[in-house]
Amino acid sequence: MQKGDRSSATEPDEGEAIAAVANADPAAAERFVRKHAGWMLAVAMRIVRDAHHAEDAVQNAFAKVFDNIGGFGGRSALKTWMHRIVVNESLMLLRKTNRSQTVAIDELQPVFDNNGCRIEDRWMSMETPETLLMRSDIQAQVNGKIDLLPDNYRIILVLRDIEELSTQEVAQLLEISEANVKVRLHRARAALKRLLEPLIRGQAV
Amino acid sequence: MTQAAPTLMRRIRGMMFKMPLMITCEEFDDFILAYLEDTLSAREKFVFELHLKVCRDCREYLAAYRASLELARKCGKEPDEALPPVPDDLVQAVMEARGR
Repeated sequence: MQKGDRSSATEPDEGEAIAAVANADPAAAERFVRKHAGWMLAVAMRIVRDAHHAEDAVQNAFAKVFDNIGGFGGRSALKTWMHRIVVNESLMLLRKTNRSQTVAIDELQPVFDNNGCRIEDRWMSMETPETLLMRSDIQAQVNGKIDLLPDNYRIILVLRDIEELSTQEVAQLLEISEANVKVRLHRARAALKRLLEPLIRGQAV
Repeated sequence: MTQAAPTLMRRIRGMMFKMPLMITCEEFDDFILAYLEDTLSAREKFVFELHLKVCRDCREYLAAYRASLELARKCGKEPDEALPPVPDDLVQAVMEARGR
């Protein structure tokens, strides 16, 4: 979803769909589910990282959507409203899952000496994102590294940098302070940068 | 394997970073997020960019940080048109739950 989608008003054909779904028209409801389930499932997968849990999150989200669509007043775009619901349902399921094989975030943070000077291996060459994005395996490589981050960091990176929620929205969803969101986001990005270094340095096969 | 800057070089830079309007790499690091979100004050931005001009390590670090961020943003999600078809059993489950 692009940022612009969120601020736009309800699409003209959505008004009819919302009314039909709210009025318990089964055919309209099924069309509505088929139209939206794909992107909702993708959002849920990015958060819970498990197909079974992602489907559960989408089912729960649709239950909330159906229960509340009558009161959806078009204050935001329909997709924005549904996006928040599926994110919330996914986060609730994520709290119940235990993912293994994550990395220790502290070990992936930048290192400084006693004078506060950065200790970083010199970059003799750097691949540009444009070049790297042409690799056929780039999505799998990047998502594989994002997956290695511990959930309390990964989720902030996913919500802020991929789902494009604001710091304030993430803070509200996770019930933490905005300052905490910023600290964790920066640490998550720093860790991801370290994990992606072999690729960016052009050292990865 | 590439090497980090030698200790003596870092010591000299450490002294330089104590001069007026200069910050250490560690302080620079604390500002990266706000710099990329463009929420630094004019003075903070000046100080940040001054450090960037004199510190190769932080220039390289920031470039790699940005590259990594761009990769995450571009690879993190597929465009809606590239999504796989919705599983029928999911649609059925949603519809059945609605009917209950």
